[in-house]
Amino acid sequence: MRHVYPFSALVGQEEMKLALLIAAVDPSIGGVLVFGDRGTGKSTAVRALAALLPKMRVVEGCRYHCDPGANGSRCSECHERAAKGNLRSKLVPVPVVDLPLGATEDRVVGALDLERALAHGQKAFEPGLLARAHRGFLYIDEVNLLEDHIVDLLLDVAASGENVVEREGLSIRHPARFVLVGTGNPEEGELRPQLLDRFGLSVEVRTPDSLELRVEIVRRREEFESDPAAFVAAAKKADDRQRRTIAAARAKLSSIVVSDDARRQAARLCMSVGTDGLRGELTLIRAARALAGLERDDAVADHHLRRVAPLALRHRLRRDPLDESGSTARVDRALAESFGS
Amino acid sequence: MIDGGHCAADDVALAACLFAADPCGMGGIAVRAAASPVRDRLLALIRQALPDAFPFRRTPLDIADARLLGGLDLAATLRSGRPVLDKGLLAEVGRGVIVLPMAERMSPSLAARLASVLDTGTVSLERDGFAASSPVRLGVIAFDEGIDDDERPPLAIADRLALHVFLDGLRAIPDLPFTAEAIARVRRDGPSSPAAESVRQALAATAALLGVNSPRAWLLAARVARVHAALCGRTDVGEPDAIVAARLVLAPRATRLPSAEPEATQEADQGSEQPADRADGEDSDSGRTDSASIDDVVLESARAAIPAHLLKSLAAPKPIAGRGNAGRAGAFQASKRRGRPAGTRRGDPASGMRLNVIETLRAAAPWQRLRQGADFPKRKSLVAIRREDFRVTRFKHRSETATIFVVDASGSAALHRLAEAKGAVELLLADCYVRRDQVALLAFRGAAADILLPPTRSLARAKPALAALPGGGGTPLAAACDAARLLALALRRKGLTPSLVFLTDGRANVARNGETGRHCGETDALAAAKALRAAEVASILIDTSPQPDARPEALARALGARYLPMPRADAAALSAAARNLIAV
Repeated sequence: MRHVYPFSALVGQEEMKLALLIAAVDPSIGGVLVFGDRGTGKSTAVRALAALLPKMRVVEGCRYHCDPGANGSRCSECHERAAKGNLRSKLVPVPVVDLPLGATEDRVVGALDLERALAHGQKAFEPGLLARAHRGFLYIDEVNLLEDHIVDLLLDVAASGENVVEREGLSIRHPARFVLVGTGNPEEGELRPQLLDRFGLSVEVRTPDSLELRVEIVRRREEFESDPAAFVAAAKKADDRQRRTIAAARAKLSSIVVSDDARRQAARLCMSVGTDGLRGELTLIRAARALAGLERDDAVADHHLRRVAPLALRHRLRRDPLDESGSTARVDRALAESFGS
Repeated sequence: MIDGGHCAADDVALAACLFAADPCGMGGIAVRAAASPVRDRLLALIRQALPDAFPFRRTPLDIADARLLGGLDLAATLRSGRPVLDKGLLAEVGRGVIVLPMAERMSPSLAARLASVLDTGTVSLERDGFAASSPVRLGVIAFDEGIDDDERPPLAIADRLALHVFLDGLRAIPDLPFTAEAIARVRRDGPSSPAAESVRQALAATAALLGVNSPRAWLLAARVARVHAALCGRTDVGEPDAIVAARLVLAPRATRLPSAEPEATQEADQGSEQPADRADGEDSDSGRTDSASIDDVVLESARAAIPAHLLKSLAAPKPIAGRGNAGRAGAFQASKRRGRPAGTRRGDPASGMRLNVIETLRAAAPWQRLRQGADFPKRKSLVAIRREDFRVTRFKHRSETATIFVVDASGSAALHRLAEAKGAVELLLADCYVRRDQVALLAFRGAAADILLPPTRSLARAKPALAALPGGGGTPLAAACDAARLLALALRRKGLTPSLVFLTDGRANVARNGETGRHCGETDALAAAKALRAAEVASILIDTSPQPDARPEALARALGARYLPMPRADAAALSAAARNLIAV
């Protein structure tokens, strides 16, 4: 078995780790985009997160791993199962599905099962990656290099939470709600604004400046490579703690108070940086709530908003190419104005 | 860089040994050289140091995803009547070496696919109804035949290959410094255990001083040091190993010269002091002086190993941001297989089109009963597909445009014009990520025209390049026209549609040969403009002189360009004009 580099052993990159944890606590935030320098551990972090997530309960035998508790959003097969009253469930790891470059449309949305069609003349649906990622994470490395027609498919499904397949004589719909995680390097090209908007949070990663951190990165990586099993075992305690924090935050999420003051503060912030639409405010509030959950607080406070604001807003600013300062600086400026520091 | 400096011949032989000793652990080796006997010799040395049965595959750059990653094996599928998987080249190699000729022309999408395989050690296939993943450990030999500085393999690949060697000008490579047995032993037993803290710090400090900022490069340097130690039969990694890693991994990646700028030296002080302070607590005094001296020795040898041509470009004030612009190459042929699917049509998949299996089967389906008897008299269950059934997917692929701003940076108005052009470039770039277009900026002054911003669609890359804006001096319009023509033609070869936006007052006063003077300057400018016109590039000339003038208008006529007097051109108006030009 290939060992995965443990999440708690990642050096630095606090903002990226925070964004991934927030998305793990509240999947409705809508995904994380990680853009930045080469070799800064973007992919490593996403793969590490997969190993960290608490297991989830699914309907046994369901190809879309429906939630036995959710009534409204089951697939048609589970509707029938529920009607018959046989919704047995089991625990499975949360799926973290790779969307590899070069994937074809039929594998992304699902298509006619060719094998059965050719060999037995049966018309059967073979679910694709979107079905596999339902209730989990869909990870796209080098998201800015994804082909346009695949991006179009993703945009629609990510917005509606449902995958509708109308091809090859099939007519199928199934739930597909996933956290989109994209990584990339801005030098390879920019992202289409529509896709950018689908990501709830965005992170900019940079190479660490301090020599100590640099040495530490090399040291840990070498330790991991020379004895992965021992390295993972050593980090298990910290990883377990992290996993419990996520589970606790999820359980608590709905009871965390978001005061009118906090909402007003969020709205003020969005207005002062000039984001388009309401999505920014919604994400900001949700992310702040998830952060409060992670920190075991009972209500959303200013310091939560402050910490997640750059994550939630920096990719939603109207582009002003003549403004020399980057979008992060603009959010910081607005933060300073709103919170007066 | 035609006369490009090369590595020491011994270093090249050493690199071959290191790669052969750990072919699948260090990403691979990037070889910058024209096709030559010396390059062939290097390849032969590497092969000779690897076992005979070691997989060794040459991979063409235009390899289709279906062959690279795998997909439906059409012939076998038709023969057997059920879907048969073609494993793809990478899975076939498994644990082995692939050779990429002309890596500087590699498309970013191929680079990204290989990069993901190098990172994860698996090929994941989600194509044509198949989902599979197979373990793959690759070593990549990338031949980079680029001539100009911006013709480089995509950084996504170059960053992941540990060893970078330069062969141009090298006449011979000596025999390998290690025996085949030693190399085989390291390949079997693996590299030495991780380096001591002092060695790690020496490498990190050297990387910081040379401006090598990719953590991947640091890790690869550490790996190379360990492999070298193992080759020498040492269990612990020491100074000589760090030196080798610095020379072969860090030096070729240098983005600045150590102690060239005061800023760098300042960081250097911090850099070498921080770890020393820390070592103070843990080690004895002698340990501390030791580590400091290793730092110096490693840095010194790395500095000596920086290739001559890199030295030259590092010494120049130009930012190195434009490196690795090979990204767009190959857009031309890809149009058959890329873009938006726009329906299917009858066609032969052999001509490079993508077969649409479902549509093909659908076309064949109605005829099955008729054909069963004729095509396969004995076996009944097969699908009979004939050539006329083949359907291929059509793709709409809009040819990308590239807008080149040619800006007069001479004289007093230079700063203002350049600033406006810069603004226009940024406005266009902000727009072009929607339309997938590229923008370049060429400035001319003094005796020559310089490419300030190589064609790019990335605002992130453009910003640092635009930050430095030199101004003042003569007006070498002829040189500008020539440079613009070369750039436009080069872009057209890459499958882009170039267009030109000139910003000038048209007062040429420097001739092609560098001679100053109104008359010769203008004659040459008109001649160069006519040559440019013959290239049939859509262009526009924006006259920035405060009063209307006959000269710029004449130049526009010679260019075949639209003439637009705009004494106070601002960024928004400029980008609007350029956008109109593209739309025409």
